[in-house]
Amino acid sequence: MRPLFAILPAALLLLAACSSTPEDTLGSDEQAGGATSSVDGAYGAGGAPTELGDGSSTVIVEEDLFASGAPGSQQDFEINVGDRVFFGFDSTTLDDDARATLDRQASWLFQYPATSVTIEGHADERGTREYNLALGERRATAVKNYLVALGVTPDRLLTISYGEERPVDPGRDETAYAQNRRAVTVINLVN
Amino acid sequence: MLAGATAGLGLLAMAGGAAAQVRLDITKGVVEPIPIAVSPFAGEDVGTRDIGRAVADVIAANLESSGLFRVIDRRAYIQDPESLRETPRFAEWRPINAQALVTGVVSRPAADRLVIEFRLWDVFSGSQLRGLRYELAADGWRRVAHQISDVTYERLTGESGYFDTRIVYVSESGPRTQRVKRLAVMDQDGHNHRFLSDGGQLVLTPQIAPDGRRVAYFVLRTPVPQIMMLDLATGRSAPLGEFPGMSFTPRFAPDGSVLLLTVARDGNSDIFSFDTATRRTTQLTQSPAIDTSPSFSPRGDRIVFNSDRGGTPQLYTMNRDGSNVQRISFGTGRYGSPAWSPRGDLIAFTKIQGGYFHIGIMEPDGANERLLTRSFLDESPAWAPNGRIIVFTREDPRTDRSRLMTIDITGYNERELPTPLDASDPAWSGLIP
Repeated sequence: MRPLFAILPAALLLLAACSSTPEDTLGSDEQAGGATSSVDGAYGAGGAPTELGDGSSTVIVEEDLFASGAPGSQQDFEINVGDRVFFGFDSTTLDDDARATLDRQASWLFQYPATSVTIEGHADERGTREYNLALGERRATAVKNYLVALGVTPDRLLTISYGEERPVDPGRDETAYAQNRRAVTVINLVN
Repeated sequence: MLAGATAGLGLLAMAGGAAAQVRLDITKGVVEPIPIAVSPFAGEDVGTRDIGRAVADVIAANLESSGLFRVIDRRAYIQDPESLRETPRFAEWRPINAQALVTGVVSRPAADRLVIEFRLWDVFSGSQLRGLRYELAADGWRRVAHQISDVTYERLTGESGYFDTRIVYVSESGPRTQRVKRLAVMDQDGHNHRFLSDGGQLVLTPQIAPDGRRVAYFVLRTPVPQIMMLDLATGRSAPLGEFPGMSFTPRFAPDGSVLLLTVARDGNSDIFSFDTATRRTTQLTQSPAIDTSPSFSPRGDRIVFNSDRGGTPQLYTMNRDGSNVQRISFGTGRYGSPAWSPRGDLIAFTKIQGGYFHIGIMEPDGANERLLTRSFLDESPAWAPNGRIIVFTREDPRTDRSRLMTIDITGYNERELPTPLDASDPAWSGLIP
């Protein structure tokens, strides 16, 4: 449940020094898909996009990975990688933004080879409930297939469809629907 | 619950000779409701008279809700219930324009038993159309009132009734981003409401077996969402079967032994059948498209389903073994959740077009499409067992409320079916055996 060590590529960390300043708050982070909220103890203080490292340069950090946004955690993933991609209406096509996000997800998964994820496929409400369950499954699989094509082992990638049942935006307009047509990659907690 | 109600066996009398004048012709598109009087049933004491009034209330509400009857206000009745133990004084019913009259008597032969006698009269010819005697447990009067409603409806419309039935549905509460959904069941008029799950799991799209004893439903849980089967008598749920992916959209065959379902795996959804006796699974569609929302024809020989194999979601039919696929929807717009009428003559569906959701009907070959409703979000049509009424889900974007609505296949008589909380995904049982 609480991995104590994470082997981290220094380059991915942006600044390893940040680990000693947990009160740092985030600025605008273009990598994070628009996430701009302040997160205590989160990594990723810089605003500029960062090249992903090859993992050769590492640093060991002791931390609760899932509580504080430590490297390797879900929070780290959401902020520094981007946990979700978006789709057009009734579409499973991955556009440039989606593919860029998934490229980062794949790199992150290479950095943390013990991690498995669940890809959650979602739909907006402008289809029937049952069709949207199938559509969500297709979206989750589209993300999985893309990551597999980049070299991620398929059995690290679970998929599930939530159909239209879990909108992230409760609104009833196109702005909300665009946010709800998504696939979200969630780090599986390990025992 | 109401299983103690033994069906009425004794046919009191049938005035078969007298040609009935009162009969509704509902083959025409728009009907003029039949004016009917439903007298409180007579009783032998305060307790049975209370039941007699309640029975009449249930019958009146049922007939009124069908849209085919106009129940005349009780305050206009001249003859009192007790004197209606005998043949009615028809001259006192003609002035208020009652074409038909329902009367009855409630008696209590033992503390826990009731006898309910019912008669249906043709006021203008002055003849009895039906007479039935029911012997039942004391708590069974509501169900008998539904059965009397069915007899009355059938005698006057020529179609089978649908009042002694139940509806299973999903009760909803909480914010839209974290909706809590519970299985629930109720009589078709909303009484005897009962929750079947506690809301700990996200449950969707329940279907009730033709025998009314089992409910198949979908539970959205990790790691693999799947179809569950609930035994209503024991309250126990178990997975329907083992499938090679997410299993959803359960639908009973008319005989209840086979279910159709969708299995999604590797980004592809196909329709399967599952035999509950042999536990054999058979794949019926093989297309790389989304194939989902299957529904059996009442004879069980054809299946209508939803597929985007043509580029957008449309309706198709096929044989029960998957052969002979035909597209049946050709209009502009997107179609979904087809439901084959128990009468076999129509298929109801959801249609999304021009920013609106519609409930519509078409013939099984796709002919004569008609849209019955239009709103921001109408979906998931299900049929009353007589194939005349459709129940569906309506969401209102201004209030964020989700409700059950019913509508007649003529497109008239749209009504809300009240539920304690928000509601969706209705399914209508057959007449309860």
